[in-house]
Amino acid sequence: MEENRVLEMRDIDKVFPGVRALQGVDFNLNKGEIHALMGENGAGKSTLIKVLTGVYAKDGGTISLSGQGEVQIHSPQDAQRLGISTVYQEITLCPNLTVAENLFIGREKGAFTNWKERNRAADELLKKLDIPAKATMQLSNCSIAVQQMVAIARAVDMECKVLILDEPTSSLDEQEVEKLFGFMRELKATGVGIIFVTHFLDQVYEVCDKITVLRDGQLVGEYEIKDLPRVQLVAKMLGKEMDDLSDIKGEQGAYTGEDKEERVFEATGLQSDAGIEPFDFYIKKGEVNGFTGLLGSGRSECVRAIFGADRVLKGEKKIHGKTVNITKPREAMKNGIAYLPEDRKVDGIIGDLSVRDNIILALQVLTGFFKPFSKAKAYAFADEYIKKLNIKTASADTPIKSLSGGNQQKVILARWLLMHPEYLILDEPTRGIDVGTKVDIQKLVLELASEGMSVTFISSETDEMLRTCSRLMVMRDRKVVGELTGDDLTQSKIMSTIAGEK
Amino acid sequence: MSNSKSKISLWRRLVSNQMFIPILALVLLAVINLIVDPGFFKVTLGLNNAGNPVLSGYLITILDYGSELAILAIGMTLVTAATGGQDISVGATIAIAGSAMLHVLCGGVSRPDHIATPIWVAFLVACLVGMLCGAFNGVLVAIFKIQPMIATLILFTAGRSIAAWINNNELPIVPDPKFGYYGGFIPGIPIPTTVFIVAICIVVIALILKFTNLGLYTQAVGINEKSSRLNGINPTAMKILTFVILGLCVAVAALIKVSRLSTINYSVIAKDIEMDAILAVALGGNSLSGGKFNMWASILGAYVIQFLTTTLYKFDVQSDALAAYKAVVVILLVVFSAPKVRETLSAGTKKIFTRKEAA
Repeated sequence: MEENRVLEMRDIDKVFPGVRALQGVDFNLNKGEIHALMGENGAGKSTLIKVLTGVYAKDGGTISLSGQGEVQIHSPQDAQRLGISTVYQEITLCPNLTVAENLFIGREKGAFTNWKERNRAADELLKKLDIPAKATMQLSNCSIAVQQMVAIARAVDMECKVLILDEPTSSLDEQEVEKLFGFMRELKATGVGIIFVTHFLDQVYEVCDKITVLRDGQLVGEYEIKDLPRVQLVAKMLGKEMDDLSDIKGEQGAYTGEDKEERVFEATGLQSDAGIEPFDFYIKKGEVNGFTGLLGSGRSECVRAIFGADRVLKGEKKIHGKTVNITKPREAMKNGIAYLPEDRKVDGIIGDLSVRDNIILALQVLTGFFKPFSKAKAYAFADEYIKKLNIKTASADTPIKSLSGGNQQKVILARWLLMHPEYLILDEPTRGIDVGTKVDIQKLVLELASEGMSVTFISSETDEMLRTCSRLMVMRDRKVVGELTGDDLTQSKIMSTIAGEK
Repeated sequence: MSNSKSKISLWRRLVSNQMFIPILALVLLAVINLIVDPGFFKVTLGLNNAGNPVLSGYLITILDYGSELAILAIGMTLVTAATGGQDISVGATIAIAGSAMLHVLCGGVSRPDHIATPIWVAFLVACLVGMLCGAFNGVLVAIFKIQPMIATLILFTAGRSIAAWINNNELPIVPDPKFGYYGGFIPGIPIPTTVFIVAICIVVIALILKFTNLGLYTQAVGINEKSSRLNGINPTAMKILTFVILGLCVAVAALIKVSRLSTINYSVIAKDIEMDAILAVALGGNSLSGGKFNMWASILGAYVIQFLTTTLYKFDVQSDALAAYKAVVVILLVVFSAPKVRETLSAGTKKIFTRKEAA
């Protein structure tokens, strides 16, 4: 083992029934290095992490740690004992306990606990790491970012040598991400090796030193960050030369129908009980527009108000210039509006139901309680969209919860497309899914628009919005503060509008 | 190879089928009875006191006395699916609905010479009362977000008093022998009337499940209420609806219960039936925390419980010891129908088969 190495994985194999999830994968981590693990969904990233943390038993290969030589990791406890700590995408702490309890739970020595001492130690740790929280606060009262940092603090405090961050940024806004990165750099300086799993390319290039790319359970290669331009990285992940990510807008012509100036939906003085300032909004036929702003600036709340997902307090809504009353999702659906919600797990999927039932649900509800589709018809609908959107599922009867995130998202998308809406709202449709699917979804949006569908698109990734939208509402502090079109659609212009500069 | 593989998949399909456990339990109970006394299965045609031909035998008893439970299991399954909770007030609401029915039938007199209103009117009143009780529970659960068991605790506690109060704590007796037909036999037909009533209920719920989206909506609401709402379903209305349907089932069960005696005993009628109804749902392999359900497995579960009760009576288990014996069997059944055990079971059988293959 080389001097500088903290972790070496050699020839790792992992077989699941019917799938070779990992085939002879090597992975190296140096001291004081931030190492990105990249690949599409299903490439084997999670499996590799889970082998390393003892969640799965490996079927072949060796894992060595500096100072310990080859080690056997049979359980997450083993991994923790060996100094491998993990912070998962979903926060796995207990929201109903205090910050201090969360920091130390499961690490007590003996049967008794000195609470005073513990809270003091927790406060010290929080202060050291500059986390804006108090030891005695209940965790659920902290923001998501703080919760995430507490999870990391817990991991770091266990004197880890290897820290695994599995999609830690997907629920953070930009400032919070910056804070997290600062934190990571500090840890790096102390010699901790960090494995960083993310879907955000920007973040990889901002904070990482090295990249290891996996594809279909195999190692593609290990690269220094400076040797691997972005486009190449994507190409390596997809295993094919990508048509340049930045230019998909040009491929699809814009909608050119005579009624392209008609306002499909229009709202004035709209306000909901989710705490946003009243706003005006309209969308034309075949137009793609979007709400942008920091996470928590009220983007989702705006579209939820349009769809009637939150209680509408005031404001007027018009469809094709005619005033309509939309206070409930069902009324919005009747008026041809579809809404793909931000939180797929909480608001989107019906976990235990089959892919088929999940696809037909919206159209079925719209058709009516007393008019269920025949089995044949339901299967026909499901199969049509499984094929159309290339949804990877064993069958239409598979419960949706057993699909990967990207495929779940496609099922929800299929649900709304099946309704043939006039106006489609997509709230973070690309969050937490792989690059290939992201591009698929963006292309689909532009294609639908060129056929005359109006689409409102929300994404945390500004370049994604710039690629798809022709008009952007910019939000700050729960208020629409600007509207950008044409030449103003640039990253810097968005930033300055968000920041409130002239 | 392919043969044994198909054997595995067939076996796994069988084991993982929700109907497997209730059917297995039925078969086991049948086999035990067959070994101990084949006479258990004897069905004889005789004459009853009124001189009408009737079928009798243990099997007929099971079919007859399992009826109320089977009907309640229908409603309980829907409530469980949509709300992820159970209604423990069904026994007490049977008392209320039955009491209301008697009140209307007897016109408020405790020993009338003839019935005051036609039986169907009295039954409709019972339906209305049952549905009102259901709606009351439903509103507490769906609108006030009270846990189903706590919400229904109110009627569970107060129901029998309300029932007694409706008839001033008197026990009216229905003078019309026709009223006894519903819980007994119709002259000339040797099969218990309750069997037909259950059959009608099953057909009705089957038609409802086929020709409406009740199944899809209740399951969707039970699995993910937020998401259901965003898909245009009204979760509040769906939850109340399932309670109202259960209320209707309660009314039908009340008709049978009251008809059996032509009168009522407020503190004893349908006692503890709520627990058996919930058990029927669980025995059918349905998750008591809501979501996906299999109606037919629940109904079968109801008959399994009745089969068990009858078998224990047959073995001369004293009625006060009955509950303890039942509990033992119930523990076994419930543990076996737990999804976790079923998973292990089906994985285990797969191992056995593959090992055989290797040998």
